[in-house]
Amino acid sequence: MQLETVNRDDAIIVTALMDRIDALIAIQFKDDMREACENGPARVVLDLGSVQFIDSSGLGAIVATMKLLAPDQKLELAALTPIVDKVFRLTRMDSVFAIHADANAAFTDIAHVS
Amino acid sequence: MQTPHLPTLRMYPDHLTQLKHKAQAMPRQKNHISELHLTFPGTAIAVRKALSDTLAGLRFLDLSPEESGTVELVLAEAMNNIVEHAYADNPDGMIELGITPTPRGLSCRLCDDGRPMPDGMVPLGGNPSLDCGVGDLPEGGFGWFLIRDLAHDLEYTRSSDKNRLTFRISVGHAQFQA
Repeated sequence: MQLETVNRDDAIIVTALMDRIDALIAIQFKDDMREACENGPARVVLDLGSVQFIDSSGLGAIVATMKLLAPDQKLELAALTPIVDKVFRLTRMDSVFAIHADANAAFTDIAHVS
Repeated sequence: MQTPHLPTLRMYPDHLTQLKHKAQAMPRQKNHISELHLTFPGTAIAVRKALSDTLAGLRFLDLSPEESGTVELVLAEAMNNIVEHAYADNPDGMIELGITPTPRGLSCRLCDDGRPMPDGMVPLGGNPSLDCGVGDLPEGGFGWFLIRDLAHDLEYTRSSDKNRLTFRISVGHAQFQA
């Protein structure tokens, strides 16, 4: 599994270790996310700082993850690299997720309270 | 598969001191702007490799990271569509990709022998509505939206049982302004 997890405060931080989330690994990514978050805390912060590229299949996998975690868990994103950020902005998915500058900010931002 | 045209250095002794300068300058000359052509299997893993080969082949254009990202994204979406739809029931299909740098950007062609587009047309690709609850959020339908948003002159033709998609990505003009 190319995911690393650490618990912090009331949340679990899941760090994606792969450099791309594309059509080749989208389904695997969703399954791994489900496994990583199972029975975990209500807040899930996905750190995408290592991910340099995402396509619409990868985006779909992240949305699918958010849906399968709901309603008990809420998925937030952190550390979007430029292309990943661009894909979220163009598709307006940036309006659906709480997005933090980095994983640390997820614990200082007040945005997640809403 | 044709490898990208790399500049050749001629080692005349009196030019040795200029070699470094020449090595950097030569790819900018117009006659070194070359076409890229790749043929590869219509599978997700081959698409990933083709994207990496394409970006390596376009390195002489000195694209910015944002431009490279746009090229990779548009090509990925168009090629994933071939793998997932045109070749949905044909794991042995091949994809042909051609890219020609022009003064208006990268002119791209993608050909395959798979199923035609629905209704013989490129999907309209409107951005799926996000005005809904989490449970109803769309997980797909973004591919054509991204292609239409980032590429220009999108055209699709079907002839002799072949799909041909052409489009232009408006990057890499700098090569033609020298």
